[in-house]
Amino acid sequence: MRLYLKYFLIHLKSVMQYKGSFFATVTGSFFTSFSVFLGVFFMFQRFHTVAGFSYEEVLLCYGIMLMGFSIAQMFASGFKVFDSMIANGEFDRILCRPRNEIFQVLAFRIDFVRIGMLLQGMVMLVYGLLSCQVDWNFPRVLTVVFMVAGGMTLFSALFLLEGAIAFFTLQGLEFMNVFTYGAIEHGKYPIGIYGRGMLLFCTFCIPYALVQYYPLLYLLGRADEWWNIFLPLAACLFVLPCWVVWRIGVRHYKSTGS
Amino acid sequence: MKKYIAFFRMRFAMGLQYRAAALGGLVCQFFWGAMAILAFQAFYESDPGAFPMEFHALSSYIWLQQALLIMITFNGMDNEFLNVIQNGNVAYELCRPVSLYPMWYARTAASRVSAGGLRCGPTLLVALLIPAPFGLMPPPSLSTFLWFLLSLALAVGVVAAMTMIVLMITFHTISPRGVRLIAIGVTDFFAGAIIPLPFFPQGIRQVMELLPFSAIQNVPLRIYTGDICGPELGYHMLLQVFWLAALIALGKLLEWKELKNVVIQGG
Repeated sequence: MRLYLKYFLIHLKSVMQYKGSFFATVTGSFFTSFSVFLGVFFMFQRFHTVAGFSYEEVLLCYGIMLMGFSIAQMFASGFKVFDSMIANGEFDRILCRPRNEIFQVLAFRIDFVRIGMLLQGMVMLVYGLLSCQVDWNFPRVLTVVFMVAGGMTLFSALFLLEGAIAFFTLQGLEFMNVFTYGAIEHGKYPIGIYGRGMLLFCTFCIPYALVQYYPLLYLLGRADEWWNIFLPLAACLFVLPCWVVWRIGVRHYKSTGS
Repeated sequence: MKKYIAFFRMRFAMGLQYRAAALGGLVCQFFWGAMAILAFQAFYESDPGAFPMEFHALSSYIWLQQALLIMITFNGMDNEFLNVIQNGNVAYELCRPVSLYPMWYARTAASRVSAGGLRCGPTLLVALLIPAPFGLMPPPSLSTFLWFLLSLALAVGVVAAMTMIVLMITFHTISPRGVRLIAIGVTDFFAGAIIPLPFFPQGIRQVMELLPFSAIQNVPLRIYTGDICGPELGYHMLLQVFWLAALIALGKLLEWKELKNVVIQGG
């Protein structure tokens, strides 16, 4: 952990060398998700509700998802450039060092510019929480915390999987973007609105619904079962299969020789 | 002119090489389109009266948008020239006895047309097979389809001109990431990539239709669905031509200003 802190400071210092560029990129990162937000805003100007969810509730949902996603993007972005790490031999260097590989890949790149998106997620979350008239009690607070943490873990696991697949393909796979960028783009609405088939897929295949839909229903008082609170933690189990794929990848790793 | 056409052809052939990437992209587009249509359907069911276009027209709009993603979104911009500016290899480009703007313009347009053309076929085919309100509808008439193609060509021209402006700004800022992200966010929103322009309230919508971004997606896609027709069609396409000329002029002006004192990075 102390070593990670050291890496963290190094990365922070290095982005601060180019302050203008850094803030321009933060603004850019903000704009990409802000334009999506404006889309939601104008849709609700016209329709007012979608499948029984109001504008405020959708914002709450999107805010929570954005926070989880942007934190994962900030800290797990090493896996996103992992295909180039294999291609240029950086991963060979990592294997030579006496530390866990996953730790080193995580420490290799910290993408601070995602802070633009994170801030926006926070603003939407706070706005959603204030305007939704949630009946606050301790379990509900816990639910919000779990949802953000679960979302972060789930997206990090997906990034890990994306990196692990690069072991076999040696190149980034564009279709993995569906599960990360696609999920954040379409996860702005509660997953239930996409119909039953999609909800089942997002419950049992890739557990987005466990960090988003079911706990959200509990938060809004539409589902009373206590176990909804802990579903985001169950979603974290998704890390395990991703980690297994990663281990297999490391075991079969052959250097690309550059 | 001949040499610029040669640049176009070279880049076009190069783009056709990446078939595996294209396959991955197809899967992506397909999921993306399906999810977007499902979301719109949920809105449609909440309040069918407030829906500003036929549902089938909307599905067609989304499928076309997904199929032509690389041609008509800013995201489709390839990083080649940005890298060249950043790592200093732009010096080689400047040494060539051709002027920079038309050469890069031709190559940008070519990479969009080849990558986009390669990918659009299968997506469109599958989308045509999907049953009625969710699939892509065949164009209402042959003349509509031809107008759509012409308008699409203008749209690619406008996107390429915008890309050139971003490149020229990158000469100034060196790091391309911020400019690029802002440009993507802004164009997506105003072009109707996030939600189609008819979904915006009156007033805002009229202003947005005048902006150059509307020429990228709004005009060609809505011509296809038959939403824009008659005298309106002429008006929108004239606007496209106007913006194409204006953006190229602006790009050239920026080129002239930036190249007077370009700094070559690194070695």
